Amino acid sequence: MALVEARDLVKRFGDLTAVDDISFSVERGEVVGFLGPNGAGKSTAMKIISGFMEPTSGQAWIDGHNSHTDPIPARRRLGYLPEGAPAYADMTVGAFLEFIAAMHGMNKPQASSRLGELVDRIHLAGVWNQRIESLSKGFKRRVGIAQALVHDPDALILDEPTDGLDPIQKYEMRDLIRSIAPQKAIIISTHILEEVEAVCTRAIIIARGRMLADATPGELLEHGPGNGTLALALATADPQSAIDILSKHPGVGRVEIVQRVNGVTRLAIQTSKARPSTSELTSLLRQSNIAVTEFYMKRATLDDVFRQIASHGAEN
Amino acid sequence: MRPVLLVFRREFAAYFSTPVAAVFLIVFLALAAGMTFLVSGFFERGQADLSGFFFWHPWLFLVLMPAIAMRLWAEERRSGTIELLMTLPVQPWQIVVGKWLAAWAFAALALVLTMPLWITVNMLGSPDNGVILSSYVGSWLMAGAFLALAAAISGLTKSQVLAFIGATAVSFLFVMAGFDLVIAAVRPWAPGFVIDAVRSMSFFAHFQHITDGVLELPSIIFFVSLIVFCLWLNVRIVEVKKAA
Repeated sequence: MALVEARDLVKRFGDLTAVDDISFSVERGEVVGFLGPNGAGKSTAMKIISGFMEPTSGQAWIDGHNSHTDPIPARRRLGYLPEGAPAYADMTVGAFLEFIAAMHGMNKPQASSRLGELVDRIHLAGVWNQRIESLSKGFKRRVGIAQALVHDPDALILDEPTDGLDPIQKYEMRDLIRSIAPQKAIIISTHILEEVEAVCTRAIIIARGRMLADATPGELLEHGPGNGTLALALATADPQSAIDILSKHPGVGRVEIVQRVNGVTRLAIQTSKARPSTSELTSLLRQSNIAVTEFYMKRATLDDVFRQIASHGAEN
Repeated sequence: MRPVLLVFRREFAAYFSTPVAAVFLIVFLALAAGMTFLVSGFFERGQADLSGFFFWHPWLFLVLMPAIAMRLWAEERRSGTIELLMTLPVQPWQIVVGKWLAAWAFAALALVLTMPLWITVNMLGSPDNGVILSSYVGSWLMAGAFLALAAAISGLTKSQVLAFIGATAVSFLFVMAGFDLVIAAVRPWAPGFVIDAVRSMSFFAHFQHITDGVLELPSIIFFVSLIVFCLWLNVRIVEVKKAA
């Protein structure tokens, strides 16, 4: 069994099905990104797997221990950052993290050596004696991460770990997640797609409680809309001859004029499976004395993929 | 037991993280002294005992104990920390007991601060210190019952105000259970044993048994079992409603 395992999870609140039959597993070394619009059921699924919320049906395991029927061993192996990174506002950062460490059964020397290490990595030394209520959003989030990592768990569930962080802090957080990833099974939820490309080995797309995709970011991009389209700019206001030349190539499908401004024409070229290289097409055009000023292959972004999958899922 | 102690320490410290604790203690002491001296006429009675002081405890606790316990769970729910707390590798009962103990210890502190009254009465005469001691213990036990009840109700809501109102309302029924006001509402329709059962729930009567030094044991058992029952109820409420 994988380190984190979810099987047929369903959660209904009255008529609303917040989580609709979600199953997946996460092995050690994997970082799985939960992607989805707000209210898609990401947090609900995480609450169920962590053992905080009872599912309507289905089961979840952390390292082989059922989150609901065998919760204590499951929780020992899990680090959990709940939605919004809650923490006791009236405590200092130090007192709070020491409390969490002690609740995980760590003794004083264990806790202080582990916390010393974490504080350096997550840059909390400067606020160690400050009350949590006085911290900025970014620091609060980092306290939440530290809290989840205190007992060096095998599995991590982080609900929006970079929410509220500035770009540098986000970069550091991703760096941290990447550096611990080889020893752990990690699930993070996010709606920032660049984050998925930056840290995740797999992405699970959830909308309206349903899993719409479970693939590596590369696989998702492969099938993304607009993938393989060539963008071409010509220094001419009359592109017809260029279009004729390009259309003769067997790898070229439809050629569209995107824009014609200031003597420059921009074309979008759909390619078939036998994708022609840009250099091949450039030399063809050059033979007819048509000057190419820009030529590149468009790559689908996860943004496009996500919008396509999520809107498609919403129609069904 | 370590998790119980850890939760206890955190909760007890939380009382003193704001001036609320100091305000509470001052209000309690002022009310207790005011009732004893002004309403019960401590000096005018000319008796070296503290019955005029303990007489008011059920009424004071009716308002003050829900105020101590209202934040125990409501605050966790409002701030979302309940999600953190309930996913730590400890048993729910350990958290419930730790929280209740912290509130109970705070109540003990409030009672200890009334000790000058005990000293005064000893300087003025020779009271029965055994009765006073058992009254203190009985008062503390009754406080524990109020607190366990209020803590369980606090687990039902994220609003401290609602927790306070709910706990005060339910506590009021328990205090008044032996009075005609409540008995009269039950008498027309309930069989005799129900009326007796309701009457036997009276905090006021049980506390009086202890302060009078008669029938102490059944009353002690009553408060202890009510505490245990409310703590059990608290565990159930938290388990069922934690994520709601």
